[in-house]
Amino acid sequence: MDIQSCVTIINEWDIVAARQLGRNVAKELGFGTVDQARITTAISELARNIYLYAGKGQICIDKLNENGKVGLRINAADSGPGISEIRQVMEDGYSTSGGLGAGLPGVKRLMDQFDIDSSPGNGTKIIATKWLR
Amino acid sequence: MNKAISNYIETNQQRILSEWIDITRSTAEDRVLRLVSDQVFVGTSKEFIDLIISNIKDSNEEFESKLSDFAEKVVRLGWPLNFVTKGLHTFAQIVFEEMKKEGIVNQENQMELVYEFDNWVTPMNNEIVSVYSRTWERTVSLQKIALQELSAPLIPVFDGITVMPLVGTIDTERAKQIMENLLNGAAKHRSEVVLIDITGVPVVDTMVAHHIIQAADAVRLIGAKCMLVGIRPEIAQTIVNLGINLNQFTTKNTLKKGIEAALEITNRKIVEMEGEK
Repeated sequence: MDIQSCVTIINEWDIVAARQLGRNVAKELGFGTVDQARITTAISELARNIYLYAGKGQICIDKLNENGKVGLRINAADSGPGISEIRQVMEDGYSTSGGLGAGLPGVKRLMDQFDIDSSPGNGTKIIATKWLR
Repeated sequence: MNKAISNYIETNQQRILSEWIDITRSTAEDRVLRLVSDQVFVGTSKEFIDLIISNIKDSNEEFESKLSDFAEKVVRLGWPLNFVTKGLHTFAQIVFEEMKKEGIVNQENQMELVYEFDNWVTPMNNEIVSVYSRTWERTVSLQKIALQELSAPLIPVFDGITVMPLVGTIDTERAKQIMENLLNGAAKHRSEVVLIDITGVPVVDTMVAHHIIQAADAVRLIGAKCMLVGIRPEIAQTIVNLGINLNQFTTKNTLKKGIEAALEITNRKIVEMEGEK
């Protein structure tokens, strides 16, 4: 892991800024257009979750280089209300806001690795990684 | 305004200006210097110093109009605000130091002069900040209006067929407009088929998809058929990954194919003319 850059999410336009950053980094690392779209979409989902449920948070993009494997890691962190039923939100079609409920399970499918850490009152941390093949 | 200060500035104008330019150039961020050529930098600096001097000489109104002109210019040049306020501070500092060197400022009147300086610089500073932010606010609101104007047009292309090309990011505000324009337009043009073209939408996430699905549902309720066109291959893949169900839509990868399909639905087709050269 080396360079990290972050975007603070406060309003809807920050979502655009976050995914622009993600797209640029993905392009730099040599991801193809499909993976670029996957990464930007994942960032868009995570950033929108922060905006919708926590109100404020941060999206950080890391460039990874582990044993010659190049990758991109998205860190999404907020100190919002947290999630009590993680199993439930990872199910397709579950939404508390009347949305499609495809966000988090979708991100998991869009990326190669996905970790979520959240409990009520302690905010939410999500780390998602995509490796360059 | 203290007579001693204004007199000093007026008589030493040239010297102060060149010193100010030197100091500012050496302390300015690269970003600022890269933005403008030397000529523009010196020219604008001169204007800035003139402005400060005009604050001493001219009436308030004259100064204000000059200041707003200047602020507009600086915003256009892309100079950061702190560069301008720092410039003002530097100017005051140079004058003060020089006056100290020449003995106009001494132990006894130092406090008084510092106070005078503050009285002179602070209002000017406030004025610059307020004009600057006003100019920015205006620019932003104008851009917002410009953005709104191109946000969701509905174009009738054939009898009963209308197209809504979407370009750029879709946020909540725009999604609302899309829905409104789509329904009003579809009713107004008596559309049978409405094509939503998403070629220009960079990211289709669940929210965007959700809004499009809702809009299509609403269009169906008023008796028209909604078609989603311009789905790029990478967008198709992310939609599948996200698990978004677009089964109730007819989808096509280009607007051209969409229009052909729409003509077919309305029992028409485009034919080549025969017997023409």
